[in-house]
Amino acid sequence: MLTDLTIHELGARFRRGDATPTQAAREYLARIAALDPTVKAYLTVTGDAALARAAEADARFKSGAPLGPLDGVPLGVKDVFCTRGVRTTCGSKILEGFVPPYDATVVARLLGAGAVILGKLNMDEFAMGSSTENSAYFTTRNPWDLSRVPGGSSGGSAAAVAADLAAATLGTDTGGSIRQPAAFCGNVGLKPTYGRVSRFGLVAFASSLDQVGPFAKDVLDAALMLQAIAGHDPLDSTSAAIPVPDYAAELGLGVQGLKVGIPAEYFIEGLDAEVEAAVRAAIETLKGLGAKTESISLPHTEYGLAAYYLIAPAECSSNLARYDGVKYGLRVPGARDLIDMYSRTRGVGFGAEVKRRVMLGTYALSAGYYDAYYGKAQKVRTLVQRDFQKAFERVDVIVAPTTPSVAFKIGEKEDPLSMYLNDVFTIPVNLAGLPGLSVPAGFTKAGLPIGLQVIGKAFDEAMLLRTARAYEAATTWRERKPELAA
Amino acid sequence: MSGAYDVVIGLEVHAQLLTRSKMFCGCSTVFGAPPNTQTCPVCQGMPGTLPVINRRAVEFGIKTSLAIDCIVNADNRFARKHYYYPDMPKNYQITQYEEPLAEHGHLDIEVDGAARRIGIERLHLEEDVGKLIHEGSLETAQSSRVDFNRAGVPLMEIVSKPDIRTSEEAGAYLRRLRAIVVYLGVCDGNMEEGSMRCDANISLKRAGATPLGTKVEVKNMNSFRNVQHALEYEIKRQGRALDAGERIVPETRLWDPDKGQTVSMRSKEFAHDYRFFPEPDLPPLNVEARWIEAVRATLPELPAARRVRFMRAHALTAYDADLLTGSRALADYFEAAVAQCGKPKAVANWILNELLRELPGDDERAVAACAISPGNLAGLITLIEDGTISGKIAKDVFEKMYRSGEDARTIVSREGLTQVADAGALGAVVDGVLAEHAKVALDYKAGKKAALGFLVGQVMKATAGKASPGVVNSLLAEKLSKL
Repeated sequence: MLTDLTIHELGARFRRGDATPTQAAREYLARIAALDPTVKAYLTVTGDAALARAAEADARFKSGAPLGPLDGVPLGVKDVFCTRGVRTTCGSKILEGFVPPYDATVVARLLGAGAVILGKLNMDEFAMGSSTENSAYFTTRNPWDLSRVPGGSSGGSAAAVAADLAAATLGTDTGGSIRQPAAFCGNVGLKPTYGRVSRFGLVAFASSLDQVGPFAKDVLDAALMLQAIAGHDPLDSTSAAIPVPDYAAELGLGVQGLKVGIPAEYFIEGLDAEVEAAVRAAIETLKGLGAKTESISLPHTEYGLAAYYLIAPAECSSNLARYDGVKYGLRVPGARDLIDMYSRTRGVGFGAEVKRRVMLGTYALSAGYYDAYYGKAQKVRTLVQRDFQKAFERVDVIVAPTTPSVAFKIGEKEDPLSMYLNDVFTIPVNLAGLPGLSVPAGFTKAGLPIGLQVIGKAFDEAMLLRTARAYEAATTWRERKPELAA
Repeated sequence: MSGAYDVVIGLEVHAQLLTRSKMFCGCSTVFGAPPNTQTCPVCQGMPGTLPVINRRAVEFGIKTSLAIDCIVNADNRFARKHYYYPDMPKNYQITQYEEPLAEHGHLDIEVDGAARRIGIERLHLEEDVGKLIHEGSLETAQSSRVDFNRAGVPLMEIVSKPDIRTSEEAGAYLRRLRAIVVYLGVCDGNMEEGSMRCDANISLKRAGATPLGTKVEVKNMNSFRNVQHALEYEIKRQGRALDAGERIVPETRLWDPDKGQTVSMRSKEFAHDYRFFPEPDLPPLNVEARWIEAVRATLPELPAARRVRFMRAHALTAYDADLLTGSRALADYFEAAVAQCGKPKAVANWILNELLRELPGDDERAVAACAISPGNLAGLITLIEDGTISGKIAKDVFEKMYRSGEDARTIVSREGLTQVADAGALGAVVDGVLAEHAKVALDYKAGKKAALGFLVGQVMKATAGKASPGVVNSLLAEKLSKL
């Protein structure tokens, strides 16, 4: 089946003429039709557009002029990205009926690389959440155990790759929203350095933290996806004008002689024993491959979560102010006056988690509280950044668990604070703007995936990919597939 | 209340920058286009869109900062200012808050010959908002539409220190500032179209007292005259209130030019919480010294310097030089005319006494659109200087030039307005007048010298004003002495 294949395997078939992009697109669309009612990864499937683009790719392969490794490859994108002419909901009711007249830069780059986009993937509303239970539409299931969450907020993107409903997908990571669902769903998830990938057309949650990245079936695929989307974009002033290396070319360099930092603060009480065992075993594997490990300290880790839950809501309260019922999306009729229209529309259009964060953020930015909350959180952010800077003076890469536990049951975490704790190991990386990657590192006895997090220096995604690839090559975790039946 | 209070005024001036594109996107800024034809996803604040700073707008801001002696901050950044209103696409405005483009400048003004220096607190950049169009009046409108053409247009806000003491000083400050931005070519200075907008903060305190009085903000003044009248009104209103022992309420008031008074708009005691925070979509803007120097090199001669040069090079009075340099177009017009006829004093007089009376306004466009070109004015002056026409005829010719756009020589020759200086031809006319007014001539001989003026007038009348007054005078003197 073509849907089993990675991007690079699929591309090889296309080039050899053993398969065509249209065949791949048809197989994926058929599998989505059969399995997605169970997994519920897709919010919107764009079958006709996908087949049309696949036919164009067919022609390119036939003429011997394919555009590159992504040409003709069926992919999915999180519904946080604007797609021209295709409804974009961001998992929210407030964007109901919104059809952007523009493509996000990353979407444009994927299309420019010849990719076939199958549709838009489910997510927590405005990317706020760790389980995809906050989607205004439905909850996506974890393909490894349908009673469990796929993680979030990019749960649809992670589940789609795990269930072979797309060859690879794009998600976003503000506090762990790529790495945590990748760990829960057993695939490779990469959050690049802040500024590495354009945010233009990405519906903003917290502008200073959001970053776009891929979910993939293996590390090489993640490298190919990053290659396609990375690089400066004149439409995003925060995107960096730093050259993008050839990630695939550096993948095979191995970890011989690399210094790998193990942060003491990431092996704490509350860390699931099976997760800890798997991560420790992974560290041994890396040592066996020639890496040197070193204990390091990131002393401000414990304050990261608190700082994040002030900064992210503050920015979200500002970014979400534009959803007011005036120009697009939902407007609740029957209002008495303007303020009533705003209140009713936002009251109905936003879910509980979004409202909670908007209120938190509004409070944190309000006159008289700014210094105590937002200002203080920014200072903590600087301390967290310095922790990493210091650590990276001694080590090349840091490894740690991606999440404290494996995928939990749908409805299990009703208390928002216990939900927030899920991101405790991923959030500091966002605060520092660094790249982070989650690679499968084993399974619990119950058969749930465990993720190993690799953290690198700014703009050194190549180091993460190379470390993860060495580990992946030495293990067999990625051979296991969830059992799914229509 | 006279003299009992010190008046403290600070002005906030918004100037629309003459960039071709908006502050954070590539949309056009041309005025008057059909609603929402000059918008894109970025200036409409659509989901996922991001701002990109207009380099030219920053350059214009630097240019102005240098002209008003501000210190340009090497590190400055944008912030978000939040409030809900349907004309604001993102429900926050991108502006500069704690780290503005420039600070600590000043502007020198002169009122009744006395020089004053007004401090400039800061100059910062921001984006404009859109415009609401109500179907009918605001109160009864069944629906309202939003035009986002103006949303995202670059604005520069210049905040004065509370150094202004009178409405005249406020007017002088505004005129000087307007002249500067127009000279720099960064703003067209058109207050009626809203390219320049002014808000005033005004408070009164007991003369000599240190604590400042309660501040009232006055908005909605769209001409220099409005600003002066509104401030005069407020000075009187607050003075009377204080005299009566009333408390001044901190509030925002609007100037109603029809009623000639300010009216309360909203109380400042429920001031909005704008929740400013640094704009995370824009990295800090680093203005390197090299950039500042490059902009400095492009500064034109500014009004103050030009004024001094006009006085020195053209021997103009301070008053004339001030008026002429108040507008770049007017000063350019003056220099162009002088270059052609070499008579600065005459050119200044014709511009200040005749041309300004005819022009629909003294703004740049009125001067630019004027039918009399500087060359044509110079031509008119040359005809007077060489005695071809009289000063009186010249005024009629000027009128005709203004209506038709023709040059003076064409009008003079077509209508036969050339001055008659021929003693032979004029002698006959003089003889006729003397014969007709023999009694007046005798009065003159008897010592009534004023009678001469009457006789000159009669000759002029008979020649339809074309007679050369010098020749008429000498002919009359000669013939009267022979009587």
